[in-house]
Amino acid sequence: MITLQNISKTFIDGGKEVQAVKDVNLTIHDGDIFGIIGFSGAGKSTLVRCINLLERPTSGTVTVDDKEITALSAKELRKARKKIGMIFQHFNLMPSRTIFGNVAYPLKGSGLSKQEIADKVHNLLDLVGISEKENAYPSQLSGGQKQRVAIARALANDPKILLCDEATSALDPQTTKSILKLLQKVNETLGITIVVITHEMDVVKEICNRVAVMDHGNVVEEGEVFSIFATPQNKVTRDFIKTTSNLQKIEELVEAGSPVVALKPGELIVRLSYIEKNASEPLISAVTEKFGIILNIIFADVEIVQNAPIGGTVAIVSGDKDKVEQALAYLKEKNVGVEVIKDGRAAE
Amino acid sequence: MAELLNKIIPNVMNKLPDFLAAIKDTLVMVVWSGSIAFVLGLILGIIIVVTKPGGILENKVLYQILDKLINFFRSIPFIILLTWVIPLSRAIMGTAINVPGAIVPLIMGTVPFFSRQVESALAETDPGLIEAALSMGSGPLEIIFRVYLRESVAAIARGTTITAISLVGLTAMAGAVGSGGLGDFAIRYGHDRNMTDVTWVTVIVVFILVSIIQVIGNIVVKKNRH
Repeated sequence: MITLQNISKTFIDGGKEVQAVKDVNLTIHDGDIFGIIGFSGAGKSTLVRCINLLERPTSGTVTVDDKEITALSAKELRKARKKIGMIFQHFNLMPSRTIFGNVAYPLKGSGLSKQEIADKVHNLLDLVGISEKENAYPSQLSGGQKQRVAIARALANDPKILLCDEATSALDPQTTKSILKLLQKVNETLGITIVVITHEMDVVKEICNRVAVMDHGNVVEEGEVFSIFATPQNKVTRDFIKTTSNLQKIEELVEAGSPVVALKPGELIVRLSYIEKNASEPLISAVTEKFGIILNIIFADVEIVQNAPIGGTVAIVSGDKDKVEQALAYLKEKNVGVEVIKDGRAAE
Repeated sequence: MAELLNKIIPNVMNKLPDFLAAIKDTLVMVVWSGSIAFVLGLILGIIIVVTKPGGILENKVLYQILDKLINFFRSIPFIILLTWVIPLSRAIMGTAINVPGAIVPLIMGTVPFFSRQVESALAETDPGLIEAALSMGSGPLEIIFRVYLRESVAAIARGTTITAISLVGLTAMAGAVGSGGLGDFAIRYGHDRNMTDVTWVTVIVVFILVSIIQVIGNIVVKKNRH
């Protein structure tokens, strides 16, 4: 378990104080894949560096498995760091060492024999699926391959925690997917707690179970990924969700006066979204049948997050005025998020 | 062959034993002062890099002192340094003349320059590598040897080549304290006695020496680039 208590970090930049992290409290449980998302400059990279003290917080305490990291001596800290792996946006592999040499780097002084180190390196390279590149140099590898090597290196000392600082930000979407899969595998098979720093909501959606949203050094929202997606409270969070879901596009269309959203009198545009993990009932066909109204779906965006569908549909509703009211009330009762985006009934 | 040489470079052939001794003196000066300056400059360069603000062993006071000291010694023209450190030479080497007398000033003239070369070589190391090493629990010594030096072999070789070549140039001035060597030989005969063939041959020998250093440097650089 990682506990961050009242973490603040202030930099002095050209005589000016910059508060990168402001009084952050976070708890990351064993086995979590914990996402920390924020736009650039939000302080997320600084925050993650406070966990292994690459940045020492100006105030506050960091505790990892009941050991207060911020209170350790330099020597104890080095020992503790061996149990906290870290990977980076630009991989940070050593160009003068082969892939084998890079993965073996942290094993020197671990008390293992040469043969044991070789075996371990081979196992790690096997795990990340890159054993055939053992004798290559980093410059001969693609970005995705480099990150695999970096993951193998970070896992060399059997850490309990893996910190990922924008680990997929320099990779193309397909490679990103495969690296995320690998991280998930590492989490599941080795039981390693993973902390993922990212500015991409897709990354959070893909692998995280919990997420904290950062803005200007503050954690503005934190919770289960599903509930954050379903019922975002903060504007920054909603902005992030917009980047990954089409459902928010409807406002833009309405604003632009697109013909797609032109309404006849009495019609209205609604956004129906999942706010709970309850999507087993066929609600759309149920309301059309039950209330005799017409739902014309403009677009829908449903995905699976944490094994539950999330997203919803944007539709034009038309039909008898009372029936429409009843239908919307029925949906709300069934815990569907109902938002009226544009109302054509006033024109009547 | 000997006849031909006697014809085109008569003065050199006439002073052949002196000439060979001058070559030997130059080589001795370059190798001795070069080796010692290499070690000292390397240590100084490393200390400068790690104690720099933001370095792994940040130490403002030590950094400022060394930084100013290096600048101070770099600003002294070598010909002045040569005579200025005579008392020190005497104290360390027991003499202030001949080849041993030139070693101390040559080292003092080379170390500051070389330490700057080392500094800029190490500074090329990607800060991300240092961060990665720290995150893996490496200590300062481990980072110096296994990251900084290991990753900078090519850049240090480049700096060493440049320094060694400039050191060859400095030895030519060491004649001022009677240390002999090719520079002294060329001035004494080529210039003072107007034996131009001596100057020519000396230049050619120095050129060959410099070329050899450059070629070796290039090979080391090439072998250490991946």
